[in-house]
Amino acid sequence: MDFRLGGDSASELKAFRAELREVLARYSTPEVRARAAATGTGLDWDLHREMAERGWIGDDFPKELGGRGNDPVRMIAMREELDLSGAPWLGWIYARMIASTLRAAGSEAQKKEFIPRLLGGEMIACLGYTEPGCGSDVAAAATKARQDGNEWVIDGQKMFTTVAEVASYVFLLTRTDPGVAKHRGLTLFLVPLASKGIEVREVKTLGGERTNVTFYNGVRVPDSARVGEVNGGWKVMLAALAEERPGGGRDLKDKLLLATLESVRQSYDDDGKLPDDPVLREALARCAVDNEVSSLLGYRAMWLFGQGKNAGVEGSMFKLFASESLIRSSSVLLDAAGPLGVLHEGEQGALAHGEVEHLYRHSHVETIYGGSSEIQRGVIAEHRLGLPKSR
Amino acid sequence: MDLNPTPEQTQVVDAFRRLLEAKSTPAQVRAAEKTGFDAALWREAVDMGIPFMGVPESGGGSGLGLLDIALLAEVYGEFIAPIPFIEANVAGRLLARAGQPGRALLEAVTGKGIVATVALADTEAPGKQRPIPAGAVAEVVIMLEGDKLLAVQGAAPGVALNNMGSGPLAFRSRDERGAATTVLAEGAKARELHGRALDEWRTLTAAALEGLGRKAIAIGVEYAKNRKAFGAVIGSYQGVAHPLADSATDLDGAQLLARSAAAAADEEDQGGPKENGGRFSTLASMALAFCAERAQRAAHVGLHVPGGYGFTLEYDIQLYVRRAKAWPLALDDPRKEYQRIAGMLFNQPGTMEKWIFG
Repeated sequence: MDFRLGGDSASELKAFRAELREVLARYSTPEVRARAAATGTGLDWDLHREMAERGWIGDDFPKELGGRGNDPVRMIAMREELDLSGAPWLGWIYARMIASTLRAAGSEAQKKEFIPRLLGGEMIACLGYTEPGCGSDVAAAATKARQDGNEWVIDGQKMFTTVAEVASYVFLLTRTDPGVAKHRGLTLFLVPLASKGIEVREVKTLGGERTNVTFYNGVRVPDSARVGEVNGGWKVMLAALAEERPGGGRDLKDKLLLATLESVRQSYDDDGKLPDDPVLREALARCAVDNEVSSLLGYRAMWLFGQGKNAGVEGSMFKLFASESLIRSSSVLLDAAGPLGVLHEGEQGALAHGEVEHLYRHSHVETIYGGSSEIQRGVIAEHRLGLPKSR
Repeated sequence: MDLNPTPEQTQVVDAFRRLLEAKSTPAQVRAAEKTGFDAALWREAVDMGIPFMGVPESGGGSGLGLLDIALLAEVYGEFIAPIPFIEANVAGRLLARAGQPGRALLEAVTGKGIVATVALADTEAPGKQRPIPAGAVAEVVIMLEGDKLLAVQGAAPGVALNNMGSGPLAFRSRDERGAATTVLAEGAKARELHGRALDEWRTLTAAALEGLGRKAIAIGVEYAKNRKAFGAVIGSYQGVAHPLADSATDLDGAQLLARSAAAAADEEDQGGPKENGGRFSTLASMALAFCAERAQRAAHVGLHVPGGYGFTLEYDIQLYVRRAKAWPLALDDPRKEYQRIAGMLFNQPGTMEKWIFG
């Protein structure tokens, strides 16, 4: 057994991390962060393009698809550094997710057309799965697509189409046969967001991030926009959802703990010592322990994925623990700051420049998107414990 | 990164599991509740070398690392085996580390299968008279008295104290009649050796608690799959299934944490860097704090699934509930581990940054 990330190549990984940190630091400045905060869009194109130029978006993709063919362990390190940086890096994940899905389920023409553009930082696509009437039960999608000659006509509405305001395409889940069992009548399309009949409307969220509701009114796309078979959408969805692979390592929670430590030290004592307060100390130490467990669960999932194993349960366990412990951590850290805890970024005396207060608001979304905690518990109960499907 | 046990590890773990499946059944655990010790099982374990697996070969053991022992401790916890598996390994390794002064004693311990244990608290500190784990059955008790590390040998085992975890607890002291005392180390060396033994105890107890918690959940799951209420198998209700899923998640995390602590000890032993003045020490406390809480929670969930049956003595889950709470208390209030972690990670600015970023 070897718990070292990267094993014997750990030193090469360290050099890669140093490079990542150097670049990401330039995009974690108050100016860049303020820009992201003002728009609510977690994507900075300058950063996105620089990551693409350095080959970082498709670092582990094969060379023939425009990637670099590097060891996938580098992407674990990358994910950690992105999370710890606080830079607006969201484009990275959307570009990778769509590229991976097309790699698994797209036609040769689609792979050739889109994957290099996605990995090259030229475009991103957003996900159009969830609807006002269905979230976790994603196969219940009602947005209709009807064939008309060599075209499809799409009508419906999607929720939580995050980054649609900066994306060029939406990866759209539609119902093409309402007369069969819900999983059997689905088809996916990669639809240009510039198409006539699409409207993108902003939805503001508790954590300050922007998401959208998108409307599709008689939108016409050619049959070549279809990804996978007609009514074979569920197979594509399984591939796409698998690409949402929850896994990771050190993340926001570690950043939160560091920021709080620094802030508390400064506000209590000139010599940088942490106050001798057992309540505060226990709260901070609990965060450190949770963070350790969270990152170990994340590494395990990534390690299994990296070996081509089915790590659905392990991914669910990481997602569940990581997101639930983020709520715990951000909550007790705010408590530790007392009345200063509630102050927003920019206010005098705000705990860790308001980062903790922001993350507390943000933390709630983490237990919902990508499969809510209830969905993850269901997966674990059924597939690890062998309990019947629960309702 | 490679999280799979090696074939050698799997082989040893499977052998121990086979022994406990046959000889540490719930009926046998119950039969040993009065003393917390099953002498016949101990003999069989000694014949397999189990209590001294972590002792170097030069001292009569098998020379395995702490990670190997932690994997065995998980199985020990799963079967709540009535033998002092953890104490024997920790005491044996401590005697080996003490070098020449402990050599003859170690040879006797491993050669004859004598039970040795370690007093976890400093016995000289005021008000620190504490029940010693395996103290009721140990012939050798290693204790830290101020700045001296002593091995007290040959006294009659102490008077067993009735206790919640049904462990062989007893008060022991160097003044016992007929006891021979060996000074193993003095000063900083004595404290360092004892401190290291405590960290090993923390890590192995954490691993055992994880195994215990896993079994408690398995008991709950088994019941949830078979019991019907309100017209359906109760495992199909989210109110029953989801707490089990939460605990299963906790325990996977607990296992990774305890194993990573043990691996850090082995790395330091092999001359690896003692990062942050001892990554192992910090991870040992983290593992104990986390595993203690989550095993307790798992045992509670396992008890809750069978409803009223869960708190009858006929049902096995009560055996787990009591030990989940009792085992970590042998050291102290497990919440004190958080103060220790805070001391190690937060006192010096920069330590936490190094912990996270390496």
